[in-house]
Amino acid sequence: MATAALPQRRRLFSRPSAKTGVVSWLATADHKRIGILYGITAFIFFILGGLEALALRAQLARPNGEVLDADLYNQLFTMHGLTMIFFVIMPMGAAFVNFLLPLMIGARDVAFPRLNALSYWIFLFAGLFMYSSFFLGGAPDGGWFGYAPLSTSLPSHGMDFYAIGLQIAGIASLVASVNFIVTIINMRAPGMTLMRMPVFVWMTLVVQFLVLFAMPVIAVALFELTFDRLFDTNFFNAANGGDPVLWQHLFWVFGHPEVYILILPAMGIVSEIIPVYSRKPLFGYAAIVFAGAAIGFMGWGVWAHHMFAVGLGPVAVSAFALSTMFIAVPTGVKIFNWMGTLWQGDLRFPTAMLFALGFVSMFVIGGLSGVTHAIVPHDTQQTDTYWIVAHFHYVLFGGAMFAILGGLYYWWPKFFGHMLREGLGKLNFWLWFIGFNLTFGPHHLLGLNGMPRRIYTYPEGMGWDLWNLVSTVGAFTIALSVVVFLVNVAVSRARREEAVGDPWDARTLEWSIPSPPPEHNFDEIPIVTSRDDWWHRKYLSTPERQPTPVVAGAAEGGDTGHGHIHLPSPSLMPLIAAFGLPVIGYALIYKAFPVAILGALIALLGFFGWVFEPATAEDEH
Amino acid sequence: MATHEAAVTPHAEEHHTSTGLDNVKLAMWAFLGSECLFFGSLISTYLLYRNRTQGGPTPSEIYDIPFTSVSSFVLLMSSLTMVLALAAIQRGDHRGLRAWLLATAFLGMSFIGGQIYEFTTFYEEGLALSKSPFGSAFFLLTGFHGAHVTVGILMLLALYGMSAAGRIPQAESRKVEFIGLYWHFVDIVWIVIFTVIYLIPTE
Amino acid sequence: MLGTLVLFVLIGTGCVTSDVGPQDYMTVEGPVARRADSLWNVTFAIAVIVFVIVQGLLVYAIVKFRHRPGRQAAQFHGNTKVEVVLTLIPALILAGLAIPTVKAIADLSEKPEGALNVTVTAKQFWWQYEYTDHGVMTANEMHVPTGQPVFLTLEGADVIHSFWIPKLTGTQDVIPGRTNHMHFQADEPGEYYGQCKEYCGLSHANMRLRVIAHPPAEFERWVAEQQEEAEDPTDPLAQEGQEIFMQTCTNCHAIAGTDAKATTAPDLTHFASRSTFAGAMFDNNTENLRTWIRDPLAVKPGSLMPDYGLSEDQIDAVVAYLQTLR
Repeated sequence: MATAALPQRRRLFSRPSAKTGVVSWLATADHKRIGILYGITAFIFFILGGLEALALRAQLARPNGEVLDADLYNQLFTMHGLTMIFFVIMPMGAAFVNFLLPLMIGARDVAFPRLNALSYWIFLFAGLFMYSSFFLGGAPDGGWFGYAPLSTSLPSHGMDFYAIGLQIAGIASLVASVNFIVTIINMRAPGMTLMRMPVFVWMTLVVQFLVLFAMPVIAVALFELTFDRLFDTNFFNAANGGDPVLWQHLFWVFGHPEVYILILPAMGIVSEIIPVYSRKPLFGYAAIVFAGAAIGFMGWGVWAHHMFAVGLGPVAVSAFALSTMFIAVPTGVKIFNWMGTLWQGDLRFPTAMLFALGFVSMFVIGGLSGVTHAIVPHDTQQTDTYWIVAHFHYVLFGGAMFAILGGLYYWWPKFFGHMLREGLGKLNFWLWFIGFNLTFGPHHLLGLNGMPRRIYTYPEGMGWDLWNLVSTVGAFTIALSVVVFLVNVAVSRARREEAVGDPWDARTLEWSIPSPPPEHNFDEIPIVTSRDDWWHRKYLSTPERQPTPVVAGAAEGGDTGHGHIHLPSPSLMPLIAAFGLPVIGYALIYKAFPVAILGALIALLGFFGWVFEPATAEDEH
Repeated sequence: MATHEAAVTPHAEEHHTSTGLDNVKLAMWAFLGSECLFFGSLISTYLLYRNRTQGGPTPSEIYDIPFTSVSSFVLLMSSLTMVLALAAIQRGDHRGLRAWLLATAFLGMSFIGGQIYEFTTFYEEGLALSKSPFGSAFFLLTGFHGAHVTVGILMLLALYGMSAAGRIPQAESRKVEFIGLYWHFVDIVWIVIFTVIYLIPTE
Repeated sequence: MLGTLVLFVLIGTGCVTSDVGPQDYMTVEGPVARRADSLWNVTFAIAVIVFVIVQGLLVYAIVKFRHRPGRQAAQFHGNTKVEVVLTLIPALILAGLAIPTVKAIADLSEKPEGALNVTVTAKQFWWQYEYTDHGVMTANEMHVPTGQPVFLTLEGADVIHSFWIPKLTGTQDVIPGRTNHMHFQADEPGEYYGQCKEYCGLSHANMRLRVIAHPPAEFERWVAEQQEEAEDPTDPLAQEGQEIFMQTCTNCHAIAGTDAKATTAPDLTHFASRSTFAGAMFDNNTENLRTWIRDPLAVKPGSLMPDYGLSEDQIDAVVAYLQTLR
């Protein structure tokens, strides 16, 4: 593959060739390594967001608490929300997609490996940029939803970090979505039709389209916010004709699809785990796929249910009440289908299954409370109280986080080549489950008892004391559970119980290769003949419809491609290009425009190098 | 941005894909889909705010439709030259490619020049970003469009350079096609903007 | 799971054994809140039933189909009939809920007849009330007659706030640049608690309010008292306080019958008739007043009332004056 490139270029822009060590990770374009980078980074942010939550809960444990003052409380609740949504759940989803997507569709990598790396580095820099605000005059303090005109008028730089930091994070997501869409549509192994793809891949496809179309809307909102703050524009300035409600519309047109972006990957994960430990196929595959697509599509039509108290008028409000009620229908379909998968199965309960079942159970609660919000005249009571906080924590923690933990336990052997320990895993699960319900169950009561959101303290005599204290105890229980998880990670690594390629006797293609996979994933690209292709390679169906193992060595069939394995080469250019973005961000905040030019030049240098570097590293062919 | 993995290799074949569509082309279409939402949000903001002039210049007072029509025509012609550039490289005419790329870039630069002239005139007539919601929305929308055109011009010039360095063989004409897609999209967005902003009468 | 179920049942019947507080909206009063509450009761009951069935089935499945030696999973892929039924049933239930919901939305959006009109202006971090029919200006504590609808016009001033009295009605946001409306009616006399429900800055938690409902005759008396101008004090300490007030506090505060007409801060004409102050944050007594005037920011973060550096004696005088403003 050596090329006609000029020798000078090769010297200037030759690809890094290290396979181990720090540089190899900085320059990686291997989707599996990028997935691990996403996962570790997101988990660190999870700990940060969790510490923020613990501080909030410590403050609220008693009336008139004095753990945090109002200013710090407001920064911490804002950052808690931003962190968990943008720097934990989304990148955790990206971690799983990155590692697993090519494996599940029988590909060697994603469509654009360096673009993939770019997404990761931009995400990392966005998170660091956002968190640097704590040390630079204060973190964002306008709430994660940043309603104007509060967000345009808060005096510290915090909301500038919010507007620019989220903008940068949004670029990471958008870039990744283009990559994953092309990968899923265009890089499936021969024979893998769309309806033979694992549900996780389908959910990913829907999610990436949501990202593709929702991110630009918040990008515009954030530009308008940034311009109002930095350049005195009037987008949300009511005194000069602006309309604060425009922010809300733009934000929630993004924001509602965003919550489906958060939950659909989790639903995909659970759809992979449950069939494996039930030893039978997913019930109603087509329905689950269509329900996921329906949720993605209908999710665009419900945004103003976040705005029922804004005064949009009875017609608009009724329309959104209806659309909100009906989006519960496809969600219900999924719940029933997971239960149908369990039905008459042969159920085992390793830790991953516990988390998956926990997801189903907790998500039902969150979903039901969600439906109550659609009853508009009562939603005006519920909105901005802890009843809402309960709802979204049940679907985002009880839902997405449970699924993520389940996914980690399930795919850990594939990622790292060894098993996580079951005993510690079960302890992890039960502390997590109990802690979670102890923390957020009482929020239902607090909400109905009239406790509003986003208050740094409350007086005595409101009837809120007991449940706030219980909730705080729960929060610390969750923290303990996270410690147990980390201990499990460490102990499992030290004691190293080697994992085989397919420790769970699972159904999908990623289990057909060693754990962890070799760099090229598949020795031979599989030719796919059915859904759950790996399962059907292992087992034939008997007349009694029971699986019997295929004799080893029976027909495999594979496509070796062009006779060689073409792998993406490492490159430092994505890292360099990404680095330019926070530089521009700081320049804008501190109004140092020459520095903005510098940032732009760094980004351009990265792209220039990207385009002109050789296609492969020198010693690969 | 052409980031195709085999950028430097002389393979004539493209990688096999499930749909037969080239990966980069699919990526560009996806990206353009997202850009529709981006400009859609900006246009929505403009539609909400076009009459909120706060005592400053109003759309009907300040727009110079004949002038903007000419610069719209210039941009439209640049799409034509872009098509001619692609046709040139598809039949192996490298010099034709470069000539038409330069023409496209030049027309694009004329359009930008016209925009700059228009913006400075408006500013002198009292319409600034900070003047009114109308001013803010107008400049944000047209400003972002201009930024997209500028990025397009840079990419066209980069293509010119690549061609001059012999890095766009006839078999890889798709590289020009991808940028062409982007360029035509930016042109179409302008047609929408021109219609919505300039042509549709306001109160 | 069982525990969560029990909790839910308790909520639904409103018999939670812990303290039920003054902002609890599980038991409400007045026709507006009751209309919403009746919808809630039906919805919540359905939710509990669905919860019990679904969680029950889940537990059943986990127990009944758990692995035992020799167990074989049944390899079915789906069941279209079951799927269709399980899709239709929720859809029908939701349709059933939708109809009364839309009806309630329409009904509640109509302006009630014979209402008392109050214009509410929300400012960081207090509430201004203007009784437009009666020419009365007050703050934080809204007095209303029982048995008569109250129609609120909501005007924003700085950032978005939200006016909420849980026992009487749900919120509407108060948004700068827009005018919103809401209405409620108290049937029983009493004091109803509320607070701002849209995050509005540092003291969002401290932006509280009260609605005090009186029988109609008593309400008319209250109006008459509020319509009177403030009288000059006779006590020397209070007179001294009035002098200090007129030099210092009139930058922001108004007292009817004097030259003090600013509306940046609460109208204090009848300040002493209120039981709370500073956004219903503190009880209206001497000690609290002294603490407040001494350094407002120390007790209410983000408060726009500055510390004027008054001496302790000056503070005593001002407090004495304020306490004459019945």
